[in-house]
Amino acid sequence: MKLFVWPCFVLTAMAEERRQKQCSVTLPTESMKAMAESVGVGQLQEESCVALSEEDALKFMHHGKRRKLTTSDIDNALKLKNVEPLYGFQSQEFIPFRFASGGGRELHFYEEKEVDLSDIINTPLPRVPLDVSLKAHWLSIEGVQPSIPENPPPATKEQQKTESTEPLKVVKPGQEEEGAIQGKGQGATAPDGKGKEKGSIRLKPRSTHELSVEQQLYYKEITEACVGSCEAKRAEALQSIATDPGLYQMLPRFSTFISEGVRVNVVQNNLALLIYLMRMVKALMDNPTLYLEKYLHELIPAVVTCIVSKQLCLRPDVDNHWALRDFAARLMAQCCKTFSTTTNNIQSRITKTLTKSWLDEKTQWTARYGCIAGLAELGPDVIKTLILPRLTVEGSRIKAVMEGSVVSNIDKIGAEHVQSLLLKHCASVIAKIRPQPDTVEQYRTDYGYLGPMLCSHVIKARTQAALQAQQVNRTTLTITQPRPTLSVSQSGLSGSGGPRTPSIIKVPSSLTLMSPRPGTPSQPSPPATKYIVMATSAGTASTQQVITLSSSQSASPVTSTVPSATSTLQPLVKVESGSGPGLAASRPLQKYIVV
Amino acid sequence: SSDDIMSTKFILKMAAVQGGMVDEKEEVDIKTEPQSDGLMNTNATDGRQLSPSPSSSSSAGSSKSAAGAPEDQQTLLAVLQFLRKNKLTESVEILRREAGLPEDALDTKGADCSAPSSGGTAGGVDGLDAGSLLSRVAVSSSAGTPAPTKVADDQPDVSVVLSAYSQQGDPALYKVYYSDLKKFIESVLDCHRAELSQVFYPLFVHMYLELVYNNHESEAKAFFEKFSGDQECYYEDDLRVLSSLTKKEHMRGNETLLDFRTSKFVLRISRDSYQLLKRHLQERQNNQIWNIIQEHLYIDIFDGMPRSKSQIDAMSGSLAGEAKREANKAKVYYGLLKEPEIEVPLDDEDEEAENEEGKPKKKKPKKDSMGSKSKKQDPNAPLQNRIPLPELKDSDKLDKIMYMKESTKRIRLGRENLPSICFYTFLNAYQGLTAVDFTDDSSLIAGGFADSTVRVWSVTPKKLRKVKSAADLNLIDKESDDVLERIMDEKTASESKILYGHSGPVYGISFSPDRNYLLSCSEDGTVRLWSLLTFTCLVGYKGHNYPVWDTQFSPYGYYFVSGGHDRVARLWATDHYQPLRIFAGHLADVTCTRFHPNSNYVVTGSSDRTIRLWDVLTGNCVRIFTGHKGPIHTLAFSPNGKFLASGATDGRVLLWDIGHGLMVSELKGHTDTVYALRFSRDGELLASGSMDNTVRLWDAAKAFDDLETDDFTAATGHIHLQDNSQELLLGTYMSKSTPVVHLHFTRRNLLLAAGSYAA
Repeated sequence: MKLFVWPCFVLTAMAEERRQKQCSVTLPTESMKAMAESVGVGQLQEESCVALSEEDALKFMHHGKRRKLTTSDIDNALKLKNVEPLYGFQSQEFIPFRFASGGGRELHFYEEKEVDLSDIINTPLPRVPLDVSLKAHWLSIEGVQPSIPENPPPATKEQQKTESTEPLKVVKPGQEEEGAIQGKGQGATAPDGKGKEKGSIRLKPRSTHELSVEQQLYYKEITEACVGSCEAKRAEALQSIATDPGLYQMLPRFSTFISEGVRVNVVQNNLALLIYLMRMVKALMDNPTLYLEKYLHELIPAVVTCIVSKQLCLRPDVDNHWALRDFAARLMAQCCKTFSTTTNNIQSRITKTLTKSWLDEKTQWTARYGCIAGLAELGPDVIKTLILPRLTVEGSRIKAVMEGSVVSNIDKIGAEHVQSLLLKHCASVIAKIRPQPDTVEQYRTDYGYLGPMLCSHVIKARTQAALQAQQVNRTTLTITQPRPTLSVSQSGLSGSGGPRTPSIIKVPSSLTLMSPRPGTPSQPSPPATKYIVMATSAGTASTQQVITLSSSQSASPVTSTVPSATSTLQPLVKVESGSGPGLAASRPLQKYIVV
Repeated sequence: SSDDIMSTKFILKMAAVQGGMVDEKEEVDIKTEPQSDGLMNTNATDGRQLSPSPSSSSSAGSSKSAAGAPEDQQTLLAVLQFLRKNKLTESVEILRREAGLPEDALDTKGADCSAPSSGGTAGGVDGLDAGSLLSRVAVSSSAGTPAPTKVADDQPDVSVVLSAYSQQGDPALYKVYYSDLKKFIESVLDCHRAELSQVFYPLFVHMYLELVYNNHESEAKAFFEKFSGDQECYYEDDLRVLSSLTKKEHMRGNETLLDFRTSKFVLRISRDSYQLLKRHLQERQNNQIWNIIQEHLYIDIFDGMPRSKSQIDAMSGSLAGEAKREANKAKVYYGLLKEPEIEVPLDDEDEEAENEEGKPKKKKPKKDSMGSKSKKQDPNAPLQNRIPLPELKDSDKLDKIMYMKESTKRIRLGRENLPSICFYTFLNAYQGLTAVDFTDDSSLIAGGFADSTVRVWSVTPKKLRKVKSAADLNLIDKESDDVLERIMDEKTASESKILYGHSGPVYGISFSPDRNYLLSCSEDGTVRLWSLLTFTCLVGYKGHNYPVWDTQFSPYGYYFVSGGHDRVARLWATDHYQPLRIFAGHLADVTCTRFHPNSNYVVTGSSDRTIRLWDVLTGNCVRIFTGHKGPIHTLAFSPNGKFLASGATDGRVLLWDIGHGLMVSELKGHTDTVYALRFSRDGELLASGSMDNTVRLWDAAKAFDDLETDDFTAATGHIHLQDNSQELLLGTYMSKSTPVVHLHFTRRNLLLAAGSYAA
């Protein structure tokens, strides 16, 4: 048993060494010592064996076209030396070594768990690994690398980041490529590393807003599909936004499209369009190749607007704007999770804003619902510290509406929603932090009006949790994360939760505009002519302030912190067909045209 | 007995290598059976008599430095002595005649050279070693040939001459000697300093080994500690191995070490610098160092300006220093063979009608090229029948016609016209893809895998089919026009086929030009020939005994070359189960092998960081290129046969002029091992693919054009490389996470790349 351990040392030592220094693979003397100890008698011979075969093993690695040295390489090298290979180490993958230290000694060991035989017998067989297959794609078309999912994004996230944070350092990848193609100027062809060296006196590069014809077409298609009436097309477009690399050049336009879209449609109470736009935000956030940080100042206000706006639809009593608020709240939470840093403090700022408007007496039920939803999505900690203490107050407010006599229908509906929202989010948290037993009386004293209802919810949550714990199988634990997907339903009230059924839409393939099929190598399309999209600054129809948290607050903290949003030039989003406030939401949708 | 003869030759060869006579006596043909074809006959006798061509031997002999000649003779004598001791009288006789030594030379000189003190013991050791050697040879001779280095490993002490480290000096003074020399070299004029600095590394190694050999372990360690940091970074790998040797016992059976001891490190130094060094050492009475220089180094002195640091750096890096200038003097017929004249039927009117522009173009170049080729023979081309080539079959002629038709549609590439790149990614290969090849017409792709399989895919809609069984074949009407179509079994049609047979990772594969065969070589030491008609293995060529790293078919088919861990490359013909030629001379594994477009030469790259060009006819090494700083992993000839490109683990691509034997350009840009190189069909561009997941395109035409305007002199072999990699780099194309293993230009100049996705 011990004998089998020592080659592992060799491998880990090598792997570590390799990581530190690419070319050096000497064995650290300590691991050698450890090996010798574990091997015992025949140490000297074995030691020298390994030391000698190490170089040969590297040969096998090189010829195997790999970067990782594997156990089989060592075996082959030992075979060369006429030494019995080490049997029992046929691992293609990394061998999971554990590291332990203590008593001044460091140790790598191979964790061998005791496995229950019945477990092995009972677990279903793993799927047969897929067979080797060939796939062709265009790496380059006449010298230009097409932006298709098979190729790496033209500018990596890191590049986009340095571009935005350290504009002086970066050669714009697009320009670099062009230079390489035309072959003019030596500097242009320099690889990333060298470009930086030269740029000691480089001025901030002129930021280009050029989009190729294909990109313009793509942008037009995508935006039209996203806000159009065809659901299948929309799904395809969203899929494209979420997965395609190389959208970074269009990102400023998408961002403006969304923020302007929200601005206009909130005023016009066009619920459907707001939902579509939020889905676009979601898709952008899902795209792993985009450096979204640069455009948060446009996206966050738009999302917050959709959470807390007083009115989002024409008939608040019938339309399900609650679902939009839920969805936007979830987006916001995701946004906080991914982008919040100590410098931008997104989460704390958002929390502050939402709390402030929630505490405000005059805040309407709709906005109140949004605030709570927004906070609740931020996680159990936020619920525990901010929402639970307010349950009594909020309960009495709800009670006043529910049991009062002179109250409008809208308020009543709002209060109902707030109530169910609070119950839903708080119950699970309470179930965790509050010891049993759950008595109605105790709850009533602790949480006031909402107490009894909370109690029953908590009990339900507890039983459910217990049930789930039973169901969890030791071997197959799958964590399914609910994808916040939103489908538009104008069907009015359908319970507090809103429509949450995830709409699974199968998309055949991502939408790529300019990728001829490989396999038929014909004349690829001519080099893209570049056009500059004219950017005119003009006021849109809506000049109102849209992002309002409550009537009492003149300026929301969220918008005020990002002052640059409106001052720069914006591609104009023009509303073609004006819409009166009296039109129903289900009428033909508006068209946006980018001029 | 045949065993005796074989072992004799073997030792002869070893002695030749060890004595630094690599170039004269490279060719050792160990074929023992008479061959029927002409090529074999000539060479077999050649090999037997071990007669180098008179011209080369005389030129090499005369230019040898004064110190070298007696040394060689001494080696020879040692070998003779050894042979005699083992009663191989016949061989003694042959060798003696060959070397032109008098009958009594052995008796007198032999006694001289074996030092009286160690003579007896050395003899005893030799006897033992010879026994083991013979037994090894006997074992391996059944499989073809013994592996030279392996034999040598276990018995480094062939004779006293070779254990040259035995002389004693004060071990404590080694450090002083070395630092004294260092101080001196640092103080000389700048122009000499770079040249003299070359001495440091070999000197360092030999001094260290001397200390180790004489059991001064602590001194050796201290010496290593103190001066190893001064050495050039590209010797790091060797130094590491060296550092692990601290005892005399360690020296036994260490390959790297053996290389150092047996081959002279070659330095090129101008006369002025050399005089400076000599004077200094003589003044200081620094005999220790002077002895090492005399005994272990080969200093190639040239007249003229000393070389600059960059010039030296460009050429250094190999295991045994630079190549001697004489090594690259032999004439190389790098021109292309005359294409056979084939009537091209101009019947495809419909095709031309659709492509009106192509029409005038199409006819003109065809006539021009055909006309010029048939009229005058390229002065640099070898004779058409220099080596026997297989005759063209009808199907080959058809293929040639197809090739010509395709090539008229070829896109002219260049700086302004970059090719499109189609990337074939092997999915789910789990890091197991080790080799890829495309057929010349790009219709098939084959992959070799670490799980010992070879897989063949069809990348055209035409599926892969097997030939029908023998019983079914009997039923076919053999006179029918479509008999070739009828013999195929439709039921077996599939997009890919798997070939099982190897018992270790497959490291190299190559399609035959007629697409009927596939070669593969593997860790199991065999090269296998597969039929692509039946998808079965036809032959397993055994001989290497150790992993075979690469194999390639000749561009005319029939011949193929393989190279492996046993440090030799072998030339085979498909219908012989034993090799026709063995190209020995590399000091480490032969990592890649390529045929010259005219099939008269073979180039090999090695882990000793050199590239050698071998003449297929004579078996001689005609070029040695040094300059890479890591094992060479890929080679490519330019289509006109004049240039060679090589890529290594150091991430650099070097371009070589074969005729002049010079480095032409250095292409820097890759950050990891270059595994694939390919020139475009017209030779304008060079594509390189690497482990760093990129394909890069280089302006080869410019690199070669610049060269022609340069006024270099081939005589001195000096090069002035300007660092213009960035100018020559035309494009870099990154794949997501797929190291590029193979590159191929289609006949229309579309670039195909292949690799396996590494998640």
